[in-house]
Amino acid sequence: MSLYQLSKLMFDLNRDGDLSDRFKQDPESVVCAYALTEEERGALLGPDIGLLYVLGVNGQLLMHYAALCGIEWSDYLQRMRDGVLVHGPVRAGIYALTTSPHTKVAG
Amino acid sequence: MSLVFAGVCSHAPGITGREERAPRELRDPFYAAYDRMRRALEDSRPDAVIVIAAEHFANFFMNNMPAFAMGMAESYTGPIEAVDWLKVPKREIRGDPALSQRLITTILDTVDVAYAEEWRFDHGIMVPLHFLDPQNRMTVIPANINCQGPPLTPLHRAWAFGEAIRRAADAAPERIAVIGTGGISHWPATPDSGRINEPWDREFLGRWARNDRTAMLSYTDAETYAEAGQGGFEIRTFIAAAAAAGGPGQVLHYAPIPIYAVGCTVATMEIA
Repeated sequence: MSLYQLSKLMFDLNRDGDLSDRFKQDPESVVCAYALTEEERGALLGPDIGLLYVLGVNGQLLMHYAALCGIEWSDYLQRMRDGVLVHGPVRAGIYALTTSPHTKVAG
Repeated sequence: MSLVFAGVCSHAPGITGREERAPRELRDPFYAAYDRMRRALEDSRPDAVIVIAAEHFANFFMNNMPAFAMGMAESYTGPIEAVDWLKVPKREIRGDPALSQRLITTILDTVDVAYAEEWRFDHGIMVPLHFLDPQNRMTVIPANINCQGPPLTPLHRAWAFGEAIRRAADAAPERIAVIGTGGISHWPATPDSGRINEPWDREFLGRWARNDRTAMLSYTDAETYAEAGQGGFEIRTFIAAAAAAGGPGQVLHYAPIPIYAVGCTVATMEIA
């Protein structure tokens, strides 16, 4: 479990335009610099937004990563709900689901 | 000269980024309240505005997370978010490093605040500035309280930070405004986005408007997380603004707008 490294990568992508450009062209060349588990690496490269959410990525990082991947807001919310249905409850962090994954709250 | 203005407002990115998705009858009165706050802020003729925000990993991360930070730069840029996502244009915001340095020096007497000569504003500052300083005329000094990466800054320390800002503002010859931005209850960027605990918000705003220190500081983080979500941790910015102002508050607007993911709040507070 290297949630910190996974989160740090998203923090770096948010802040560094050159890095995010490189990521869009060759994501593996960026990801290899971070000590991720195979599960985390797979979720990131998918991208599997639902699994990233379940792994415990802070929503303030994940929503920007989803936007970077071209995922629209309502789709982003649905992918997280789907992630909980597939992978189970959020495993870490302070962004756990408090409603049912079957409930659409807004958007 | 002294503190000349204090207020608080929401900063959720949906307020601008998903502007068109809210019903007009909810959106227009909220934007009108921002405009009332803008006029009150302008009427106070501030030389500088301290924006106490709860940023979201634009600058500060768990590699080196300060409990408090203040900007000390000549200028700042923002928003860090993509323009087509936040729908706020990029701009350069004027700072005042000499004033920052004097304020920070006084604040350090009582609060260990980190300082930063680089700071890229995220929606926590840019959404409020979009409404409160649309012409980009003001001098801004950013301040941050860690509301995002636990262990979080304790509420009573947020109060102490507000008091320290007040002492520093009163010791400066400039006219200083303070604006806290954030919460109240919300579950941002989660599938629960749009969940809003209106009774909890109204109870908190009552305590805030009475400037009831004891009542505001009595929340535990466990209670806040359970009833107001991780977004509720941002009450720290409202608490700091109340400590700086000292007087009673007036809530100009409060109404939940679920697609904006927050109970949309605009309020001012008397300086006492």
